[in-house]
Amino acid sequence: MKRATKKSISRRIRQAEAGAPALPLLTASELKSIAERILKLSNADETEVEIDVTTDALTRFANNIIHQNVAEQVLHISVRAVMDSRTARATTNKTDEESLRRVAAAAERLALHQPKNPGLLPMLGAQKIPKMDRFFADTAEAVPQERARAVTRVCKLAEKNKQTAAGIFSSGAMQTVLANSKGLFAHHEQTRSEFSVTILEPNSSGWAKANSPNIRDLDPDRLAERASGKAADSRQPRELPPGHYTTILEPSAVLDMVGFLFYDFAGTAVLDKRSCFNDRMGKKVFGENITLWDDVYHPFQLGAPYDGEGVPRQKVLLVDRGVPKNLVYSRATAKKMKAKPTGHGFGLPNEYGEAPTNLVFAGGDKSLDEMIRSTQRGILVTRLWYIREVDPYEKILTGMTRDATFLVEKGKVAGGIRNLRFNQSILKMLSNVEMLGPAVRAAGEESFEMVVPAMKIKDFHFSEMTKF
Amino acid sequence: MQDWAVRAIDTAKRRGASYTDARVMDIRQRDISTKNGEVGTLVESETLGIGIRVIASGAWGFASTDRLTQEGVDACAAEAVAIAKASALAKQSDVALAPEKPYVDTWQNPFVKDPFRIPVERQIEVLLNADKEMRRVKGVTLAEGSMTFRKIDQVFVSTIGSVIHQIKMQSGAGIVATSFAGSEIQKRSYPNSFGGQHALEGYELIEALDLVGNAARIGEEAVMLHSAMQCLEKTGTIILGGSQLGLQIHESIGHPIELDRVLGQEANFAGMSFLTVDKLRKLKYGSEIVNVVADARLTHGPGLGTFAYDDEGVPAQCTPIITNGLFTGYLSNRETASAIGEDRSNGTMRTESWNRLPIIRMTNVSINPGTWNYEDLISDTDDAILMDTNRSWSIDDRRYHFQFSTEIGWEIKGGKKGRMIKNPSYSGITTEFWNSCDAICSREHWTLWGTPNCGKGQPMQTMGTGHGAAPARFRNIKIGVAFAK
Repeated sequence: MKRATKKSISRRIRQAEAGAPALPLLTASELKSIAERILKLSNADETEVEIDVTTDALTRFANNIIHQNVAEQVLHISVRAVMDSRTARATTNKTDEESLRRVAAAAERLALHQPKNPGLLPMLGAQKIPKMDRFFADTAEAVPQERARAVTRVCKLAEKNKQTAAGIFSSGAMQTVLANSKGLFAHHEQTRSEFSVTILEPNSSGWAKANSPNIRDLDPDRLAERASGKAADSRQPRELPPGHYTTILEPSAVLDMVGFLFYDFAGTAVLDKRSCFNDRMGKKVFGENITLWDDVYHPFQLGAPYDGEGVPRQKVLLVDRGVPKNLVYSRATAKKMKAKPTGHGFGLPNEYGEAPTNLVFAGGDKSLDEMIRSTQRGILVTRLWYIREVDPYEKILTGMTRDATFLVEKGKVAGGIRNLRFNQSILKMLSNVEMLGPAVRAAGEESFEMVVPAMKIKDFHFSEMTKF
Repeated sequence: MQDWAVRAIDTAKRRGASYTDARVMDIRQRDISTKNGEVGTLVESETLGIGIRVIASGAWGFASTDRLTQEGVDACAAEAVAIAKASALAKQSDVALAPEKPYVDTWQNPFVKDPFRIPVERQIEVLLNADKEMRRVKGVTLAEGSMTFRKIDQVFVSTIGSVIHQIKMQSGAGIVATSFAGSEIQKRSYPNSFGGQHALEGYELIEALDLVGNAARIGEEAVMLHSAMQCLEKTGTIILGGSQLGLQIHESIGHPIELDRVLGQEANFAGMSFLTVDKLRKLKYGSEIVNVVADARLTHGPGLGTFAYDDEGVPAQCTPIITNGLFTGYLSNRETASAIGEDRSNGTMRTESWNRLPIIRMTNVSINPGTWNYEDLISDTDDAILMDTNRSWSIDDRRYHFQFSTEIGWEIKGGKKGRMIKNPSYSGITTEFWNSCDAICSREHWTLWGTPNCGKGQPMQTMGTGHGAAPARFRNIKIGVAFAK
């Protein structure tokens, strides 16, 4: 590493004082150079190196002030060694020669201390990986002052409306490389930004959230206005008895429910007999209007175009008009199940195999207003919370509504209601979808982001009510 | 490590910080898992870096880096100060901290066997032997096991003069047998679900668990659950096993007493709390036999919430949370203590790693043992369901309404443990639930359970917490709602 001089230190400090990330991200060629050094130091039969470097900053506000404001830089060097049909991994965040030598040796030593795995596949050679452009300089270079100014406007809006604001505004960037001793080299870079806001009144609240690789796509003021309006509209919530209701789930609520399905589409989950699609592949499980892909290349999606072993990701049709059609496969799972790898494997060694993490629903053309207008009596849900799986095969999930739940009567929103607990099979839910909105990039709290529509669902089961 | 922390606070001071603390943490971890006779995960990791927290212009800033060079640490300290100054754009008053004394100390939790010195092949062999025992049971379709070991070596330095060096060694392990048949997936875990038991101990914890000796039993129970009686929907009496009661404490006492949550600082993500400050020393939280403490001291036991000093440099303490049923205490830090009329933090600021800001976290939030012998409690119960080992948990964002389900249940009839019950669940309102507690088992049935995966904060932090609990009985509880049609 280049030795720091007094001049370079003061330059870095000046940059940091201006609010820029303290040190810039390592470049792809710098990461490649570290990877090459490790590959040279390794004595393993085969060696794989993954290096990620991220900068992230997050401004957090509550009670109409910024109360936490953080930034981090993290380097993650991960080395996988194959020794005589056995593999193991060691990681470090130190880049000096001795640490790199030690991490390579640790992976080799660990690999030798286990039984041989006759099913272990040789590492891949060079792959043709599509280039994805998901890096935005404005996002990578966002400064805390910029986030603070947006937060200040949001807090002022809340104060003006005699409300209280809480939330986060974050931004960051990452670079990752994957290389191995068989000639594989893959690189991906992307940025991320997110704004989430809860607006509180004494007996109600509203919420809105969005994220994007491009910070310029975010509109904190508009999101705050939406959350503020929801808090005002759900004031003095009334009690509604538990039961089965026609329920309109906004995209964030749909996201947090269907996110619980993602691992069921893993080939390994079916092999292990823990998928809800055991004995159900090729059968009608959902309604005719449910079609679902995994597609990292979708314009609303994020992520690297290759998997943990460097296999290029494929677009996979998971559900076609209600029928689960395909699973996703890592290389090893594909071999066991006589299928082809789809580029969804996790880094080895692991016991979970693979998963689709870029779910995209087909969606429909109904607006939220049309769903409300067509509902005689029902419930409109902004957001769900603390969702957990009650039954893994029937896929019964439980959870709560949160931050603005409304009664819909005679085609209109008729005011806020107290929060409800649901116990609902997601298989039944996706068989009971009466209307779908356009699929959008949604953000929630229980699942990674995906592209989902709002849904109007009949007979959604709310089992109990809470006290607010 | 100490030199980097000292350099960070000196740099931050020169750049205008009125207060700084810096934490250098060196963390080493080993993760091993097995599945159906094969090794799954086999990873050793290490991470070293510094987190710098400052107050400048009356507001907070935090920055972290793993570039432990003069250039990296100085730039990180300057960035923390710049962030604090940006925070000041949206402040209403200056941050004020409750006074605390400076401490210069070194502490390490006691352990007998360093898990990193135990050969990996021996650890794998234990898991594979347990795996073999589970799969020997006809009907077990998936056998899994895992071990995790973590060593945290950290130095804390602050501008009030504290220099605190702590080393914590954690160990944990568990096994799971799953059975798929017909249209049901059933599973049993030992000694607890979601990763097993974890504590601030060495490899002696793993040896004491006897994973291999319990493997066949949980395999058989997983298979037997398919033919067990379905838990019916009704209102009645339940007896909770110790590990399930530990999670019940975590969710319905531990989280609502976090003062940052009470004061609205977690409103956007983790949520708020029904325990508004007017309820302190007024609310009847539970029945008179319910006594709960938050105790981070080693004398409480080697829990995941045990330490000598928190990550704000405040010594470990024991805070009475519920005293004879009365709500008596929150978890606080130096910034929030004054909100409840206290002049000192009770020491609950904790951070996952060097790149995370310390936030208020549970330490060991435990229910004190009662007086009942377990066999006497069963004999004394006419009609109940005994529920054990958590399967799912959910609670609203103010910690009022909860629903839990467990892996297994047994019917208690006429003072005797009878038929096995599948898919047991119960639900309720926090204060109504704790006020319905009429029996808690004694010290000999009490275990300090470790919850290694508690998530909170933005960015998210995962923290280990401890929960001492013994089996306990609750009356008039809603049962079976999770599977109601």
